[in-house]
Amino acid sequence: MNKALVIGTSFGGLEALKTIIPALPADFNIPILVVLHIGDNNNDSFIRYLNGISELNIKEAEEKDEITKGHVYFAPPNYHMMVEDDETISFSDDPKVHHSRPSIDVLFESAAWAYKNKLIGVVLTGLNQDGAYGLKTIKDYGGTTLVENPENAVASIMPKAALTESDVDFVLELDEISSKLIELSVQDE
Amino acid sequence: MEQNKSSVIDNIDIEIPLFLEAVYQKYSYDFRDYSKAHVKRRLLHRMSVGRFTSISHMQEKVLRDKAFFIDLLEDLSINVTEMFRDPDFYKSFRENVVPTLKTYPFIKIWHAGCSTGEEVYSLAILLKEEGLLDRCQVYATDFNRKVLEIAKHGIYKTQELDKFQRNYINSGGKEKLSDYYTIKYGSIKFDQALSKHVVFADHNLVTDHVFAEVNLILCRNVLIYFNRELQNKVINLFHESLAHSGHLCLGSKESLRFTQHEHSFADIDAKQKIFKKKIG
Repeated sequence: MNKALVIGTSFGGLEALKTIIPALPADFNIPILVVLHIGDNNNDSFIRYLNGISELNIKEAEEKDEITKGHVYFAPPNYHMMVEDDETISFSDDPKVHHSRPSIDVLFESAAWAYKNKLIGVVLTGLNQDGAYGLKTIKDYGGTTLVENPENAVASIMPKAALTESDVDFVLELDEISSKLIELSVQDE
Repeated sequence: MEQNKSSVIDNIDIEIPLFLEAVYQKYSYDFRDYSKAHVKRRLLHRMSVGRFTSISHMQEKVLRDKAFFIDLLEDLSINVTEMFRDPDFYKSFRENVVPTLKTYPFIKIWHAGCSTGEEVYSLAILLKEEGLLDRCQVYATDFNRKVLEIAKHGIYKTQELDKFQRNYINSGGKEKLSDYYTIKYGSIKFDQALSKHVVFADHNLVTDHVFAEVNLILCRNVLIYFNRELQNKVINLFHESLAHSGHLCLGSKESLRFTQHEHSFADIDAKQKIFKKKIG
């Protein structure tokens, strides 16, 4: 049974997340961690908005949060977000990765270390290659990987890079992703 | 293949604690209670740069080669900083802490984990503009001697100057940042009058103890790298070091949550992480 879901996106990500997150039910079985590249701006108003239209509880992650289902944790701007072995959240202000902090790769890699093969990773629309290495790491640890179809994504670079880096399990249209996630979240091995 | 991969993974999780133990026993630097994901990321990076086949292989090297250990120390220390980092913090500090400091005849300040010193000079500039610098004694500490040397000299690249200027203005700076430095050979050098009241010293938050009673402690973006136990230990150290009603300033994503002193401090500015030690 999967234990967590990680999502990474940049340009076009606000719209993409607005399609996926509100379509997930309140009893969605696993916690969700999100890296959205948003520059130095804060996530506050987007989180508030998303909370208003979602059944899940959306929040900006806090250091040492215990990662629990029913929640969607957004990385704060200017910090990398990582998952510790004890399933808590930690931050770092290490140098940017792919010009990004938070970086999708940093989240995905640490989540793969913590959750091993019980992790789902999703790369959505975006304008750089962040996330490709992270998604490969998830795959290497036996996790499940999904990528938004670059042909129809707002920005194709990020999903394309992810597809080039590793064998991805599912390439889906944006509006197909949430139902696939629901299916995967309850699936036994 | 799958089998093989998982056995490699398991080995790393066995090897890292052993490696950190070896470093501690040999060199007395203690990273055992750092956030695991952070340490793992840094060590794997060093392993790949140094072309080691495993953490154990690297352990053999670190035990026998002091120069390699010094490089490693660099990897494990946190040296991200900038002038007036988080300008809103400095703004709040001017509004909410400075008035209290003005009532003291003499002010002792501990800047813990000062790294290369940009934030020490930022604080000194602020204190000077508020007319306080001459009554201050600042202890700026870090465990990394290399960064302390840089901090002492106060020489920085001009590369980020635009950002520094912007931060200074946004922090409520009263003059021009350029009043405080000279430019030479593509570097800026801060006026040494700023560091006249600063002692840069080697201090390790993990293994060293209280060294002075102070009125103010700044320790920003250091605790995020520690696990809960170590965070608790360091907050205890701060609590013990602070005089009555002393102020504690943490990084923007840090808190006293989960420490035994969660209720021993009052919020002065919860968003900017400025706290005041309660009496009793």
